[in-house]
Amino acid sequence: MTSDEIRAVLLSCLTDVAPEIADEEIADDADLRDELDLDSMDILRWVQGIHKALSVEIPEEDYGKIASLEDAIAYVGTRL
Amino acid sequence: MTAYRDAVRTALQTLLREDPRVFLMGEDVGRYGGPYAVSKGLLKEFGEERVRDTPLCESTFVGAGIGAALGGMRPIVEVMTVNFSLLALDQVVNNAAVMRHMSGGQFEIPIAVRMATGGGKQLAAQHSHSLENWYAHIPGIKVLAPATVQDAHDMLLAAVEDPDPVFIFEHQMLYGMEGPLDTEATPPSPWKAAIRRSGSDVSLIAYGGSVHKALTAAEKLEKERVSAEVVDLRSLRPLDRETIVGSVSRTHRAVVIDEAWKTGSLASEVSAILAEDAFYELDAPVVRVCTLEVPIPYAKHLEEAALPQVDRIVEAAKRSVGGG
Amino acid sequence: MAEFVMPSLGADMAAGTLANWRVALGDTVSRGDIIAEVETEKGLIEVEVFETGVVEALLVAEGEKVPVGTVLAEIRAVSAAVSAPASVPPSESAPGDIISSGASDVDLDGPMASPAVRRRAHELGVFLGGVEGTGDHGRITLDDVQHLAGAKAAPIASGDRVRISPYARRIATERGVDVLRIGGTGPGGAIRASDVLGARVPEPRKSVSAAERMQSAIAAAMTRANDEIPHYYVEHSIDMGNALAWLRETNASLSVAERLVSGAVVLRAVARALRKHKKLNATWQGGEVVPSDGIHVGLAVSLRGGGLVAPALRSTDEGSLSDLMARMTDLVSRARAGALRSSEMTSATITLTSLGERGVESVTPIIFPPQVAIVGCGATLERPWVVDGQVVPRPIMRVTLGADHRVTNGHQGARFLSALDGLLQEPEKL
Repeated sequence: MTSDEIRAVLLSCLTDVAPEIADEEIADDADLRDELDLDSMDILRWVQGIHKALSVEIPEEDYGKIASLEDAIAYVGTRL
Repeated sequence: MTAYRDAVRTALQTLLREDPRVFLMGEDVGRYGGPYAVSKGLLKEFGEERVRDTPLCESTFVGAGIGAALGGMRPIVEVMTVNFSLLALDQVVNNAAVMRHMSGGQFEIPIAVRMATGGGKQLAAQHSHSLENWYAHIPGIKVLAPATVQDAHDMLLAAVEDPDPVFIFEHQMLYGMEGPLDTEATPPSPWKAAIRRSGSDVSLIAYGGSVHKALTAAEKLEKERVSAEVVDLRSLRPLDRETIVGSVSRTHRAVVIDEAWKTGSLASEVSAILAEDAFYELDAPVVRVCTLEVPIPYAKHLEEAALPQVDRIVEAAKRSVGGG
Repeated sequence: MAEFVMPSLGADMAAGTLANWRVALGDTVSRGDIIAEVETEKGLIEVEVFETGVVEALLVAEGEKVPVGTVLAEIRAVSAAVSAPASVPPSESAPGDIISSGASDVDLDGPMASPAVRRRAHELGVFLGGVEGTGDHGRITLDDVQHLAGAKAAPIASGDRVRISPYARRIATERGVDVLRIGGTGPGGAIRASDVLGARVPEPRKSVSAAERMQSAIAAAMTRANDEIPHYYVEHSIDMGNALAWLRETNASLSVAERLVSGAVVLRAVARALRKHKKLNATWQGGEVVPSDGIHVGLAVSLRGGGLVAPALRSTDEGSLSDLMARMTDLVSRARAGALRSSEMTSATITLTSLGERGVESVTPIIFPPQVAIVGCGATLERPWVVDGQVVPRPIMRVTLGADHRVTNGHQGARFLSALDGLLQEPEKL
C-alpha cells in the first residue's frame, strides 16, 4: 500500500470512532489526543479498527508511537 | 560465487557423468569450448561421442537431436542463439512439439534445447532477438528462462529429466554474472515463478535478462517511497498464473517487463491473465515495458534507447501507482 | 391487551413526540424489540416494547407530541386470537389523509416525514433517503418534496458511466460507499482505491437533536440538583499500581479486540463496592429513598460537539470483565452516535464520571437526580508515596464521592471509598 492509502485507511478508521471529525482538517503532526479530544477508549477502538482493516497489531506500549497521523502512518507502514 | 556460464557447465558435467544417455551437440561446443565458453573443457573430459560439434545447419542438428531422443537418448542441443533457431522452427513446431500427440503417446521426445537470447551487445537487427514468446506459444513443449546463477544450473537438470521437449533461454548478458550456487540443495520446481523481492505497491513482472533491471528499478522506487514487488516468471510455458495473480492481488498494480517487442508478446499474455483472473484487484491499467517496435539498432545509444531500461521501468511503476 | 405508553425518558420529561413507528399494524413483536423512535430533548431515542404479541392498534400518529403515559399502541399477547386490525384515527397533517399503516407500500423506517409527505413523495417519484428537510428537527415537509421533484434530486444512476478502477469499485461495494458520491484523483478524474478508502460510509442514523436542546436539558437537571440535593463530598487517593500492573499483564496476553482499558476496571470496582453500600445505589423519589433493583452504573460520556449523556450499563457488577469492556465500548460508541436505547437513559442507579483523560487531578461532581450519589475520578498520576517506610513513586488516582446527605452521611461515604480502594488493590478478583 502507498502512504496515501495508509493515510486514507487510518483516517477512515478514525472517523468510524469519531464521526464528527470527518469534516475537520487534521494536521499530520497534530497530537490526536489533544487536537481531537480522543480518550483511551477512542484510541483503543482506533487500534482495533486498524487491526481489523490492515491486520497490524499495535501493542499497548507502542501507543506513544502513533500519537500523530504521520507517526501512525510511518508505524503502520513498517508493519504491513 | 559462481559465474552463470560456469553454473551451466557444472550442470552439464553432472549430467554427462551420471547419465550415459546424455550428450551435448551444437555449433562450436567441442573444440572451441562453446561460443560463450559454457562447454569449455568438456570435450577433453568426455570425448567426441558425448560432446559433438555440428555443421552450421540448425534444422539438421535439431532434427538429429529429436531423432536421438526418439531413439532413447537424452540429447542436450545447443543452438547458438534464438536468432538462428528460426531455421529449426519446423523441426520444433512440427516434430518435437507434436510427436507425442500424433503417435497417441507412443513416442516421447526427451530433448533439451539451450539457446542464448536477447540484445545489448550491439549485435544489431538480425542477432538481437528475444523470441521466447514464439516458443511459449506452442503446446507440446516447455519453456524456461533462468535469470539467476542457481536457476541456470538447476533448470538444465530438470529439463534433461523431463520426458518432453524443454527449451531453455539464457540471456546473453547474463553469462558473466556472478551469483551463489548450491549444488547440494533440493531445487524448487522449475515450473513456478519466484518472488525475488517483496513489495506492496506494484508488481514488477519480468523474466530472463529483465529481472535484474526490475530489481534495480525496485531499489530506486523504494527511495521514492514506492514499494515494488519483483516477480521472476522463471517458467514461460507453463506460466505460473497463481503466483502472478497472487502478487497483483496484493499490490493491485502491475508493470510487465519483456525484452521482446510489445505486440503479441509474453507481456501481453500476462496482461490478459491479469485481466481474466485479477480484474477486480486492479487499481490501474497493466503497463507493459517492452522493446520499442523497431528492428534492434546497431548504434549503442540507439540500442539502449530501444531496449527496456531501468528508468523506463521506474517511470512506468510511478505512473501505475498514480492511477495509470 | 397490553398497552405501550409514552415512556418517561428523563426525570424532567413531561411529554414526548412520537417521531417514527418501527412496526406496522399486525406485526409480531417480541419483548425487547424496538417499536418506535421518540424525540426528546436529549435526542432521538429508540424505545423497546416489553410485551410479546401482535400490534393491534397504533393510536398516535408520527409527529404527534403526547404527554408521558399516553397509550401509543395496543399489543395483543400471542396466544389470543388475532382479530381484524383496529381502525386508526386520521392524521392531523392534512384533511382526508389516513395513516396508511400495514397496507402502505412506503417504508415506515427512514426519513422523518409524515405519511402525507411520504405519499406525495411516492406520487412524484421523489426518493427521500438521506434528505434533510426544512421542518422542525429536520422533518421533511410537503414543500421540500415539491422542491425535490422539481430539482430531480433523486440519486438515480446517471447515463454517464463512472470512471473507476475495478479494484476500487469492488471495495466500494464491500464498504457500502456510493461511487456516485466520491471524487476521483486518477487520470481523467478516475476513482482509485485510495479515493474509496478515504470516503466515509454514511451514518445509518442521524441524531436530529440540536446541541442546544441537550444543553438546556442538562442545565435544568443540574440546577435542580444544586437546588434540591444537599451534597457532601468525600475524597480519597487510591494507589493504582496493582491495578495498572495487572492490566498491563492481562492485555499483553489478550488479542487486540479483547484489550481492556483501565476505565473498565474502575467501573467494575465501583459497581462491586456498591453491593455492600446499597444506600448509595438508590433514588430519591417523592420525599423518600427508593432502593434500586440491581446496580446499573451510568457512565458519563461527553459528546464531542458539547453535550453530556450518562447512559447506564445494566448489572455493572455482574459478568466477566471482558464482557463489561465490550458492553462499555458498545455503549460509548452508541452514545456518541446518538443511538441509545430508552432503558439505558432511564435506569442508571448511580453515575461514574471520569475526567482523568483530560489530565485533571480530581473532579467534584454534581449528582444526576433522582440518583443519590455520584463518583468522580481524576487522572492517575505518578506521586511520591510511602510504601513500607520508603518514599517511592506510585500511580495515584483521586476519587471523589458526591452524595445526597438526606440519604447517607460522610461516614458511610468514607467506608464506600475505602471498599473501592480495597477492590482496586486486588484487580484479579474483579
